[in-house]
Amino acid sequence: MKATRTIITPAALLLAALFTASVFSLQKVEALRGKEATLEEVLYLPSAKTLKRLSLGYTGLLADIYWTRAVQYFGSKHGQHSTRYDLLDPLLEITTDLDPHLIVAYQDGSLFLSQPPPWGAGQPDKAAALLEKGIRNNPEYWRMYFTLGFVHYLDRHDFKAAQKAFEDGANVPGALPFMRVMAAKMAENAEDIGTAITLWQGVFETTKDKMVRDTAVKHLDSLRADAGIAELERRIKLYQEKTGTLPETWADMVRVGLLRGIPLDPSGAPFELTPDGAVQVRDPGKFPFLGQFEKK
Amino acid sequence: MTSRLSAITLNTFREAVRDRVLYNLVLFVLLLVATAPLFGQISIDIERLVLVNVGLSSISLFGVIIAIFIGIGLVSKEIEKRTLYTILCRPVRRWEFIVGKYCGLVMTLVVNATLMTVGFYVALLVTAHHLTASDARLLVAVYFAILEFLMMTAVTLLFSSFSTPIFSALFAFALFVIGTFADDLRNFAAASQGVIGLILTAAAYVVPNFASLNVISQVAHDQPVPGNVVLFNTLYALLYSAAVTAGAVLIFERRNLK
Repeated sequence: MKATRTIITPAALLLAALFTASVFSLQKVEALRGKEATLEEVLYLPSAKTLKRLSLGYTGLLADIYWTRAVQYFGSKHGQHSTRYDLLDPLLEITTDLDPHLIVAYQDGSLFLSQPPPWGAGQPDKAAALLEKGIRNNPEYWRMYFTLGFVHYLDRHDFKAAQKAFEDGANVPGALPFMRVMAAKMAENAEDIGTAITLWQGVFETTKDKMVRDTAVKHLDSLRADAGIAELERRIKLYQEKTGTLPETWADMVRVGLLRGIPLDPSGAPFELTPDGAVQVRDPGKFPFLGQFEKK
Repeated sequence: MTSRLSAITLNTFREAVRDRVLYNLVLFVLLLVATAPLFGQISIDIERLVLVNVGLSSISLFGVIIAIFIGIGLVSKEIEKRTLYTILCRPVRRWEFIVGKYCGLVMTLVVNATLMTVGFYVALLVTAHHLTASDARLLVAVYFAILEFLMMTAVTLLFSSFSTPIFSALFAFALFVIGTFADDLRNFAAASQGVIGLILTAAAYVVPNFASLNVISQVAHDQPVPGNVVLFNTLYALLYSAAVTAGAVLIFERRNLK
């Protein structure tokens, strides 16, 4: 009994010491390889075709793993405010090759790709190609046409392609009538804030991804602030025409009946009036896409 | 004859149930299924899909592994322990011994698959909080996995009837891998001409076709499996298994056991 204890105690200590040392060595190896080493290996060694073969027919399972990798890759890059998302498109390609019916990979994946850095990869052409692949594989899913129209309109500024996407989607059984309305809007060949808000609202209501929802909220807030600023500046012009001077405070405009009260931005803070008659938000950090719609 | 067959079947089942490997594998599958909802949490919008893919793939893959690991010892263990001679001394024919062993292992695999399926549905219930009519469609994939087990058991038994356990396991696993590429083999055969084309066509029909039995991705996306596919897959699996078991009987009948 005593002999056994004399062996067990040092053996247990040795085991603990060796295990701890192995953890430190592994951490060192990981640090040397860099954070994306594992991902790159998994991504570039096998093509989707090879992966399909290696999966022994369990392609659905592998596609789930690759989609999870794509989400984690995007999440970590997004967290670092990175401007490069080089592995995102190949990861999404492999995922959708392995499971062509994984709708979420096309829908959310295309938004990850299309948004400008640091919000996304800034690759709207690749996003459109991914969605076209998704439509080829899932022609009955009308929401994919909506997302394609969204990317063509807001990110690629290709009104004709956007109109076609909305029209094609409207012809899919079960598609909501607003797809035809959107197609008609695209035919007007103009970028207006109202259409952009409708599109982002559609994304906000359909996505389950927190990152995409957050981006949609920021876009919606920025667009609503843009719309608010444009409307206030229009009324300031009216005030100037009426009185011959610029208003010094919002109260001046309330007094002449051009405003009902102090105007608030989407965050709830009052809009600020500058001495030269321009309007701005109090905290621009809350509206990262402010003014970007007009710039396009 | 029936009583002799059922005696060997039940005995094989009891022996398999006592095997520790079996419990380890079943436990592993249940653990895997239990962790699937956690895996779904780190991804987006695919909790149920991950659970379905992990659950059904585990039931299928681990069933095949159990079929191989238990199947390889079915004949050789009896020879090694010399219990085979005791059995064959009695009025038991060699073919009855092989068919009984086959039925016993199939019975074990069906019971295992049922247990794993119950675990899988419990996990599904925990994740989604309710079961829908479309969840019943997932049972088609489980049924096809059982058909896969019928074929794998026959194949393992065939190798076990003339080879050592290690080689039987290697041959059986290799045939399983080739069987998952059956469609590719068929395509190669169609693209080839002359003698090579004929050889490849023959090979494509000789190896078990597991590609047509894997409908996991299909049912995971709630796509229906046509009734004809179920019917002809059943017919194919039964006929193929019967043919391979007949081959195992033929080899075992001629084997010199002295």
